[in-house]
Amino acid sequence: MAVTASNSVMAAPSAVQTGPAASPRPLRIALIGNPNSGKTSLFNQLTGLNQKVGNFPGVTVDRKSGFAQLTPAQRAEIVDLPGTYSLYPKSLDEKVITDLLYDKTAASYPDFVVVTVDANNLRRSLLLFTQLGDLGLPAVLALNMMDVAERHGVRIDLAALERELGVPIIPMNARKGIGVAALKIVMAQRLDAPPVRFWEPDEKLLPLVRQIRYYFDLHNDYLALHYAQQYRQIGFLSADDKAYLQELTQQYGFDATPAQAAETIARYTRINEILLETVTVTRTETREPVSNRIDKVLTHRVGGYLIFLGILFTLFQAIFAWAQYPMDWIDQGISALSAGIQDNFHGPLVRLLTEGVLAGLGGVLIFIPQIALLFGFLAVLEETGYMARVTFLMDKLMRPFGLSGKSVVPLISGLACAVPAIMGARTIESWKDRMITIFVTPLMSCSARIPVYTVLVALVVPDQAAWGIFNLRGVALMGLYLLGLFSALGSAWVLKKVLKARERSYFIMEFPVYQWPRWKNVGLTIYQKVQAFVFQAGKVIIAISVLLWVLASYGPGQQQGTAETQVRQQAATQHWSEDEVGRRVASARLENSYAGSFGQALEPAIRPLGYDWKIGIALLTSFAAREVFVGTISTIYSVGQDADMGTLQQKLQAEKDANGQPFFTPARAFSLLVFYVFAMQCMSTLAVTYRETKSWKWPLAQLLYMTGLAYVAALAVYQVLA
Amino acid sequence: MTLFRRSSQFVVADAAVRRTAKDLRLGETGTICCLEDPEMALKLLEMGCVPGVKVRLSGRAPLGDPLMLVLGDQEYTLSVRASEAATILLKE
Repeated sequence: MAVTASNSVMAAPSAVQTGPAASPRPLRIALIGNPNSGKTSLFNQLTGLNQKVGNFPGVTVDRKSGFAQLTPAQRAEIVDLPGTYSLYPKSLDEKVITDLLYDKTAASYPDFVVVTVDANNLRRSLLLFTQLGDLGLPAVLALNMMDVAERHGVRIDLAALERELGVPIIPMNARKGIGVAALKIVMAQRLDAPPVRFWEPDEKLLPLVRQIRYYFDLHNDYLALHYAQQYRQIGFLSADDKAYLQELTQQYGFDATPAQAAETIARYTRINEILLETVTVTRTETREPVSNRIDKVLTHRVGGYLIFLGILFTLFQAIFAWAQYPMDWIDQGISALSAGIQDNFHGPLVRLLTEGVLAGLGGVLIFIPQIALLFGFLAVLEETGYMARVTFLMDKLMRPFGLSGKSVVPLISGLACAVPAIMGARTIESWKDRMITIFVTPLMSCSARIPVYTVLVALVVPDQAAWGIFNLRGVALMGLYLLGLFSALGSAWVLKKVLKARERSYFIMEFPVYQWPRWKNVGLTIYQKVQAFVFQAGKVIIAISVLLWVLASYGPGQQQGTAETQVRQQAATQHWSEDEVGRRVASARLENSYAGSFGQALEPAIRPLGYDWKIGIALLTSFAAREVFVGTISTIYSVGQDADMGTLQQKLQAEKDANGQPFFTPARAFSLLVFYVFAMQCMSTLAVTYRETKSWKWPLAQLLYMTGLAYVAALAVYQVLA
Repeated sequence: MTLFRRSSQFVVADAAVRRTAKDLRLGETGTICCLEDPEMALKLLEMGCVPGVKVRLSGRAPLGDPLMLVLGDQEYTLSVRASEAATILLKE
């Protein structure tokens, strides 16, 4: 047994030395552990609101870090690493961990790690721990969920386990905060590398391992073995280094997969020996665990789907109905602020501020209630462990389309808003599944399309009953939603055929035990998602809004001025009211603005779809956000912004084409509807896709694909119906 | 059902008499013998599907796939696709 047992046992084994009272820089500590081992709870307990979410360099994985006051004199920066089962990464998320832990010279290399371990799952949890120990990382073991383990009859001899593992062990219950104080005290000490080795590379591997170790000047054999295993994925190695390692591993005939499997099995053997001496299990219960009994109901072949549908219904209720009140307040607040400024100040800068910046800001802020509710809801589902069951229920249904069970949640959220939905796709580990999900989510009809749908459907679909029970307009509306859903699934299927997967996709996952949500975690999630949306996507939205405002407010040369003079001359002869003149002037100015010119330049391209330059402007302006369509159409057709739907509808119906026939025929309206179902007209979505994929390739592909699809479909609809 | 399984196995008797975690009946427990697909094996091993560990089929998704496997002595539940479970060979 390669164990160097320490003599002093309880809270301070010899691995712990009393550190200096205050170190010049805060300690850097990484939190690492299996998924569902209570790592996030512990992180929140340690740092509270004092945390920030950034990104790990080069990947889209959130890098959560925060500061904890360990003792009055000692602060520590805590980094929350993604949950993982081993140090051999299988997903992009997990690669973050090895990139951080391999490079001892990096500025962000942790002083030590806190390993969270589920006391109920010691065998599996210790696998990761023994790997970390063998890398020579100083570690503290946070033995979590002690209460549950005790209830289940698991007795752990802490002193013996501490001796066997050679690191301090803190029994705790992170949910309730029990043990956190003790953990902080131990964390404030200076820790040395653990004296215990659990596994050494086989004799046969030593020549290879030693060569790598001396070449790269590494501090131990096990790290050298990891270089041999994963050099392809190590971010900080140069191309030369990788070529060297490739040559070396080939020369020694190193076969990574069997070596890794043998290591894992050997580790489990060693862990079993340790557990045999330190843990006794006397199962008192003969009944099935509560969690399994809940599963019998929630994953029932009929009941499971019904319950899921019920939960979905509540979610939509929340997002559409409940969110409406705060959204209205924000809307009114921004309008009031804007009106207040306009009443008291004048000039182009004021208009830029109110019609450009404030309007854009309103466009960002108004989504906050929906985002907060959606993420709060999803966080509760995640916290309770129900989300894992949803993926379980839906996986088989989604797979033919190249999606996995884990794509269901983003797709459903996409019916509210694609922005949080795309952010929610992070839970999908497989790169390919995640990209497909992100790509097709904007095809789900989001809430911003509702105003467009309502106006146009009301224009051409009669308000009468169909098949006795349904309203014809309702049927049309449902048809549009189904069109969105099927196009999303179809596009996913196409993408599945096109995309080459860079990594293997696994579905295998652990079912977390059902538990009550921790409201602190839910609150923190909402806070962070809203913050990310406002500051990341918000910047882009405001920039585009300002740009559009400039384009719609200014025109080339004197055109706008000339047009306005003409309207005013006309007004003098026609005896229009003040309001009427104002509207006509606005309309004329828009027609002669840069945006108007673009609309007219666009006309030849959109004429086959049945559109004229006026709709062209609406298409252009609604590129920033679809809901702008109605506002733009109202302005263009000289209808005041505040006019009610009836008036807008009358004006649209009154619009005549060159032959004096009504302009908005069913062919034109349906063509436009289909265009809005498919077209990518949302800056926020493109911005968030960019943020999530870290590449312009994806948002660009989305823009081209969806708009192309919209064009072709609208063309087909118009040509067939006209 | 049981008979049919046995007889169908009997037909392919020779080398291919083998059962995988996918073939477990609902509620039945088996012991992991070995893992077939080397790459999948790495993931399964990490998740605790180690040779010698007991595995029980505790449920199937309504459409028959994925499966719910309880590992060890009621320690934890894994959700795996049937195709993934088919790489887990069981002892006779």
